[in-house]
Amino acid sequence: MTDISHSLREEAGPFFGEFGGRFMPESLVAALDELAEAYQLAKLDPAFHEELAALGRTYTGRPSILTEVPRFARHAGGARVILKREDLNHTGSHKINNVLGQALIARRIGKSRLIAETGAGQHGVATATAAALFGMECVVYMGEVDTERQALNVARMRLLGAEVIPVKSGTRTLKDALNEAFRDWVANVENTHYLLGTVAGPHPFPVMVRDFVKIIGEEARQQMLDLTGALPDAVTACVGGGSNAIGIFHAFLDDTSVGLYGYEAAGLGADTDKHAATITKGRPGVLHGSRSYMLQDADGQTLDSHSISAGLDYPGVGPEHAWLASIGRANYRPITDEQAMQAFRLLCGTEGIIPAIESAHALAGTIELGRELGPDATILVSLSGRGDKDVETAGRYFDVLDEQGNAKI
Amino acid sequence: MSDTIHDVTAATPSAAESPVARTIAAANAGRAGAFVGYLPVGFPSLDASVDAAVALVENGVDVLELGLPYSDPVMDGPVIQAATLASLQGGFRLADAFTAVERIRSRVDAPVLLMTYWNPVLQYGVDRFADDLASAGGAGLITPDLTVDSGADWLATSDRTGLDRVFLAAPTSTDERLRLAVENSRGFVYTVSTMGITGARADLDAAARTLVARLREQGGESLAVGIGISTADQIAEILGYADGAIVGSALVKALADGGVAAVGRLAAELAEGTHR
Repeated sequence: MTDISHSLREEAGPFFGEFGGRFMPESLVAALDELAEAYQLAKLDPAFHEELAALGRTYTGRPSILTEVPRFARHAGGARVILKREDLNHTGSHKINNVLGQALIARRIGKSRLIAETGAGQHGVATATAAALFGMECVVYMGEVDTERQALNVARMRLLGAEVIPVKSGTRTLKDALNEAFRDWVANVENTHYLLGTVAGPHPFPVMVRDFVKIIGEEARQQMLDLTGALPDAVTACVGGGSNAIGIFHAFLDDTSVGLYGYEAAGLGADTDKHAATITKGRPGVLHGSRSYMLQDADGQTLDSHSISAGLDYPGVGPEHAWLASIGRANYRPITDEQAMQAFRLLCGTEGIIPAIESAHALAGTIELGRELGPDATILVSLSGRGDKDVETAGRYFDVLDEQGNAKI
Repeated sequence: MSDTIHDVTAATPSAAESPVARTIAAANAGRAGAFVGYLPVGFPSLDASVDAAVALVENGVDVLELGLPYSDPVMDGPVIQAATLASLQGGFRLADAFTAVERIRSRVDAPVLLMTYWNPVLQYGVDRFADDLASAGGAGLITPDLTVDSGADWLATSDRTGLDRVFLAAPTSTDERLRLAVENSRGFVYTVSTMGITGARADLDAAARTLVARLREQGGESLAVGIGISTADQIAEILGYADGAIVGSALVKALADGGVAAVGRLAAELAEGTHR
């Protein structure tokens, strides 16, 4: 067991307990070392922090606000429910925080080309945005299946000047987009930075990405103290790779009174073979460069994941989450497509906020948790993204659009 | 800095213990050098992959590199991806790899290395995997996504079993990392010719020659160059400065297009490059 008498916020990799590390081709080790070193130097450089903070204020729209949602909360056992509004960020999700940080690092090490993987398209859009802002070339790998279900985000990336490459290998989803991005990086490492979009992958990505998104929890912790005079009883977030979750959890890791709850995509049900509930149903293994929980068969072949939400449709999870689960500091629970979609519709109808389907998993979890904790509890929810990109999926799900995506008269 | 994941105490095994190193040395004594041929297990079927591997050896391949199909092969290009995916879809299971090694070894004498990404080995159990490979008559492992500094358990297991362990060296590797690869590899050091993934290339990078020279400075005695090699001329050129040349995608393509006979013919053609 990990000693939790010291601060849990200090973990700096490459390992989090038995998770993490670096399992990558030798061809990429020099680039990973260069990145780790550049990041260490940037961390110590006040000018870097000032530049990133200025971008946060003047481009992203930081700090993001808190919104209390009492009409929604009636369905969550009457607990007090407060949303951290990362959906209001420029580009529509928390992804921009990591992207701007890494783009600045890429510029410091003289890389002129950004590549990224994307599932729902949120990370791809954010990367295309940063590339446009900094005058860099941008290539986004996106599973062919996802380019079909997230066509609007493909159009956004192309308008922003990025090249979107539909990935046709393997299962043609997010995991294959990561494989393709790694292959591109191996071949083009001289001028290219791989702007990985979540807290997974080989060291230093899990640590670096966490550091760029932990501002979510740092702001929210103070905002909660200002608003309610106390820390929340629980913090909830959806977990795919886990970047928004680690972003909001991290500031609370040492606050032992605060329960941390990550909600994984259970698709058609965690007991079916159509889900993406990696910690709930997976076991430790190596995928995409680090050791963590993953969905795999007896031979260690990665299993296909399923979720209605493209952004959670990933058979792995960041190693820091695996560690937090293993030491019992955070809880990870499954939420089905149907639960998420009902929570999606509930937030639309009770509060006038259309969430991303990813974030709707956190909302569905919050409904369950509020009923467990009761009306005296206060729950802080990471509303990681907005649902504009999901309107077509939701429109079909709730039968307000026909199969062609036209409004039903 | 946190870039060194494990402290590595190099234990240099004697080359004489390694059948792969002995085979490569013998090829360099009698000819220009060794021909290492890659094919994936289970493509186009388990039986045909065994026949194809045997055909390679009968047509001049000195060392076999059998690829273990894996769902997420980040170092492989489209030709090998397609073949390994077909193998997986055809029902490949890990135990088939040991069956294939055993059957190949019963028919030809060339040493057989398995090329495998790390997760299948981890899930099977590193010790159990090594024991079953040794029992089947396999020579060792090539590990494309396991480097020396992340491979403490494999270093221990390969020392216990005497299996070969082939680590990769890349043009971007520092001298310190080249030294680690040389000191810890047994059989040969897989010298990555160019920055990229597997697949035939018309022009081989000058980087390969430079990298071989840098590995020699670190004491490298058994160096095989791979990635992008598809002609007898390229093999002859590489064997002018390296000890072995590795061909993969070109052989896989020949097998996919023309079956066992075609891959045998291509191997014979390529083996000409070892006699110049």
